[in-house]
Amino acid sequence: MDAIKTIDLTKKYKNVTAVDGLDLTVRQGELLSLLGVNGAGKTTTIKMLTGLTRPTSGDAFLNGKSILTEAAAVKTMIAVSPQETAVAPNLTVRENLELMAGVHGFSKAEARDKAAELSGRFSLGEIADKRAGKLSGGWQRRLSIAMALISDPQILFLDEPTLGLDVLARSELWDMIRALKGSMTVILTTHYMEEAEALSDRVAILKSGRLLLTGTPAEIKAQAGTDKFDEAFVRIVKEGQP
Amino acid sequence: MKGLAFSKRNDLEVLRDPLNLFFGVGFPIVLLLLLTAIQANIPAAMFEIGRLAPGIAVFGLSFMTLFSATLIAKDRGSSFLQRLYTTPLTAGDFILGYLLPILPICIAQSVICYGAAVLLGLEVTVHLVAAVLFALPVALLFVSLGLLCGSIFTDKQVGGICGALLTNLTAWLSGIWFDLGLVGGAFQKIANLLPFVHAVEMERAVLQGDYAGVFPHIWWVTGYAAAVTAIAVFAFLRQMKRQ
Repeated sequence: MDAIKTIDLTKKYKNVTAVDGLDLTVRQGELLSLLGVNGAGKTTTIKMLTGLTRPTSGDAFLNGKSILTEAAAVKTMIAVSPQETAVAPNLTVRENLELMAGVHGFSKAEARDKAAELSGRFSLGEIADKRAGKLSGGWQRRLSIAMALISDPQILFLDEPTLGLDVLARSELWDMIRALKGSMTVILTTHYMEEAEALSDRVAILKSGRLLLTGTPAEIKAQAGTDKFDEAFVRIVKEGQP
Repeated sequence: MKGLAFSKRNDLEVLRDPLNLFFGVGFPIVLLLLLTAIQANIPAAMFEIGRLAPGIAVFGLSFMTLFSATLIAKDRGSSFLQRLYTTPLTAGDFILGYLLPILPICIAQSVICYGAAVLLGLEVTVHLVAAVLFALPVALLFVSLGLLCGSIFTDKQVGGICGALLTNLTAWLSGIWFDLGLVGGAFQKIANLLPFVHAVEMERAVLQGDYAGVFPHIWWVTGYAAAVTAIAVFAFLRQMKRQ
């Protein structure tokens, strides 16, 4: 079964079509990057897939569950790490992790164990009792991803996970994201082409709400006739007809 | 369990903000001390501790609107609430999670306020316990106002509307600092159409053991609390759908 299958997924806001008839399939355990310039429809696609906004028409199935008719079931299998670092600032790192475990229905003891496990995996142990609002951007982002993983999601959405981070923090997060590959399906949105190339199994390029192309980074470079991924992206977006 | 985890988080967010502690606990006590000192030097019936304490208790609760609204508006402004919307939490979990945790804080504030009043000479009677319990519908009114404002305003707007406007409205139109009858006219009529003066009069009656005097004020307070809660729930669900 495909992890994600969208069928003619469309979202219109008054006169603007943010996503236009999207047909996309993501395989189990795959890391797929959604690429596109601002307004391409990446965030709206993620919002529809995560139940934050209802499609105008079409449907999407996550592990076979419809986002329209089985939204509650969909919510139990997904997790989102939003673009901004979405942490509770006055709660400690540990409390943030336990909060996310709690809202997914884990008991107190389970929440404590999960928080300890994720703290270890993401090297958050030393700062477990620090308030999240006092952490640097890189550590907040790390915590934000750990919070998304605490429910053992089958599908993880990472929206611009390394936006605004320095080179070192970005490299560390890349390692963490790489470590997730295979164990869960990951949908990544990013404006950093080198990030998409380094992390993705496949890439989907959107323009004006329409899907232009999907393929591995190597396939995309070959199709654009260049060995540079950022050049390939620019060519495809410039030449692509929405 | 899911809703409880969210409620606990909201409790901690409010209690760990030092400004909340100052305005929620410190400020009412400072007012109580200041006005009692004035009363000691220039006696005025209005500032006798038995009349003053219920007024300050109600005024203190008006800050709960600010705390509640700020928390919700900040959550809406950041991606935090969006993240939680993708979890199995239901709309009911969110609404109860924002309303219920503030109520014990309100009770604690009333206990501290009346406790300070006892230290300043308020007689210890069983009516003190009743006064704290009767403060609950007042607390619900202010916390629901917080849910409403937090659902429709940004955190910056909330600071002005709930922090300045609402606390001033509560202060001026509640008869805490002066007898509304002395102003009279439209001012008094407007004040009587709003719940603040009724909340204070209800608390004063309870503290004096005059339970018949609770009426009709309690109807005003509970009526406003029910209406504001219903509107707040509607406003929250609307913004939830928009997000």
